[in-house]
Amino acid sequence: MKRIKHILFAGALMAAAPAFASSETAMPYKFEPDTGNEASLQRGARNFMNYCSGCHSMRHMRYGRVGQDLGIPEDLMQANLMFTSKKPGDHILSAMPADAEQWFGKQPPDLTVETRMRGPEWVYNYLMTFYLDPSRPAGTNNLMLPGASMPHVLGELQGWQVMETAHAEEGAAAAEAHGGAHAGPGFTLVSKGSLDEKEYEKFVADTVNFMVYTAEPGRNGRISLGIKVMLYLLVLTGLFYLLKREFWKEVH
Amino acid sequence: MAITPNPHKTTGLLGWIDDRFPLTKLWKDQWGEYYAPKNFNWWYIFGILSLVVLVNQLLSGIFLTMHYKPDAAQAWDSVEYIMRDVPWGNVIRYLHSTGASAFFVVVYLHMYRGLLYGSYRKPRELIWLFGCLIFLCLMAEAFAGYVLPWGQMSYWGAQVIISLFGAIPVIGNDLVVWIQGDYIPSDATLNRLFSLHVVAIPFVLVGLVVAHLIALHEVGSGNPDGIEVKKHKNPETGHPLDSIPSHPYYTVKDMLGVGVFLLIFLGVVFFAPDGGGYFLEKPNFEPANPLVTPPHITPAWYFGAFYAILRAIPNKLMGVIGMFGAVLAFFALPWLDRSKVKSIRYKGWIFKTAIALFTVTFILLCYFGMQAPSEIGTLVSRIGTAIYFGFFLLMPIYSKIDKTKPEPERVTYEAH
Repeated sequence: MKRIKHILFAGALMAAAPAFASSETAMPYKFEPDTGNEASLQRGARNFMNYCSGCHSMRHMRYGRVGQDLGIPEDLMQANLMFTSKKPGDHILSAMPADAEQWFGKQPPDLTVETRMRGPEWVYNYLMTFYLDPSRPAGTNNLMLPGASMPHVLGELQGWQVMETAHAEEGAAAAEAHGGAHAGPGFTLVSKGSLDEKEYEKFVADTVNFMVYTAEPGRNGRISLGIKVMLYLLVLTGLFYLLKREFWKEVH
Repeated sequence: MAITPNPHKTTGLLGWIDDRFPLTKLWKDQWGEYYAPKNFNWWYIFGILSLVVLVNQLLSGIFLTMHYKPDAAQAWDSVEYIMRDVPWGNVIRYLHSTGASAFFVVVYLHMYRGLLYGSYRKPRELIWLFGCLIFLCLMAEAFAGYVLPWGQMSYWGAQVIISLFGAIPVIGNDLVVWIQGDYIPSDATLNRLFSLHVVAIPFVLVGLVVAHLIALHEVGSGNPDGIEVKKHKNPETGHPLDSIPSHPYYTVKDMLGVGVFLLIFLGVVFFAPDGGGYFLEKPNFEPANPLVTPPHITPAWYFGAFYAILRAIPNKLMGVIGMFGAVLAFFALPWLDRSKVKSIRYKGWIFKTAIALFTVTFILLCYFGMQAPSEIGTLVSRIGTAIYFGFFLLMPIYSKIDKTKPEPERVTYEAH
């Protein structure tokens, strides 16, 4: 009984912890990465190479490793996904010259481990919440990163939206309360892009999935090894339990 | 010249060794025929678990050191190299990073066991002091290791902690420059922290662990009843009546404990190595940048309580003294506790209340130490700091006036 009380107490403490947690910018969209979906990762690689890698490097990620892990044959990689190098052993470096800082005010950051720094959900929300803002040099701003120097590169796909300032926070809160958001809360599309809403969401999800993969290419291997280790340990610990019980029968 | 035959009458290779080196004697003294009280509960598993984690840290550390580069320009890249290009490098790194947190979990619980059952009381004061020194080394080791990946939190954590020495009057600023080897944390700082992390501190740490164990096996283990089992010995064998040889009884019990521990530990390593952002922190996935200060510089969770005490005291020098004092207070414990009994089982309500209050305080301080400063955080930290030191400083009084229950003659044990 006492033990149960202790456990309950510890549980109550842990449950209380998030109540204190400081709030950051509320994210209007929910997103759970899925790195087990190879097709999604392949599409994500295509998206990244075509839309992101012009400016953003993944200087810790090798082209060859991407092909190997995602099941993309080398000739397809060479022909469609390798723009800055033809050697599979090379890292994914952007074509940006060193003086690119003058173009945007800052060098586009390396994205290899971006999803581990910001969280996959943040990156997803970042790519969903660009909106028109004439006061910015590039004409767009971002809900997650106010004052972002990156223009809305995916605008031709998503289309262009405006943020309803009055409703933005309300919408975000409402979305939060309902455990998810389908429509872009607080945003209104003013000109259509080449993808519809669902297609664009999928496009972003694929891209972020790929970025979660690049943040730790060994992730899937680690998890599948982990399952084997757990099964082995369960059996072993079971045997240890029987062994202990047997020996301790003699102790009076 | 003839060799004096060894008293264990061992033959063959073992006999040859025993004639020249006390191998069998060491085994028997330290484990094989080390008699330990039979009434240990599961609180007594954390000593062996600390040893398991220590070995894990040493082994995984050796492999990380083979690939890591202690160079401000290359350190961050070399960690990512380990994560990608070294076969199973990610698992090796997670074993080490999760191991750091696991080390503090098991050591905190090990120390708490000592607090509950009065393990630090006479004649075990030296065991406790060696243990406190181990804890001190562990904190230094963890700090140095935390800096090595050279991420944003590594860098700014180093900056904050080293700058604490600047609070020392007169020599403070020069001391900081001397420690850093530069005016700001830099390549020189990283290099010396690497040296301390992989050579100096582990060397001292392992030595202290050996001393801790020799002292323990000399005076014998305590137990949850807090009574001395050596008072009642079997007249024939000379072994305490309530004790059993560690081998095989505690060997098999420890194996079970280690199995359960590994299930939890490796569960985190394989499935949640970030530990919800507490074992590997998000801001540390951004390379160190001396020009950009992160919005909140927070310590690793295991330093939370001490950091909260530092922040709770408005004067910087006093804060630093308070923080180090909070660690050093543990050293004095054997002489602060004046209770007639050792174990919490026979202590009165005053001591029990004090321990409960201290426990809650420590957890709250840990929590608020990790948060950005806030009004409520400061208030709780200040009250917490007062309770924390009150627990130690008032102990000679409250442990003395506390009404204790009578201790039993023999240990309480129910056969399984």
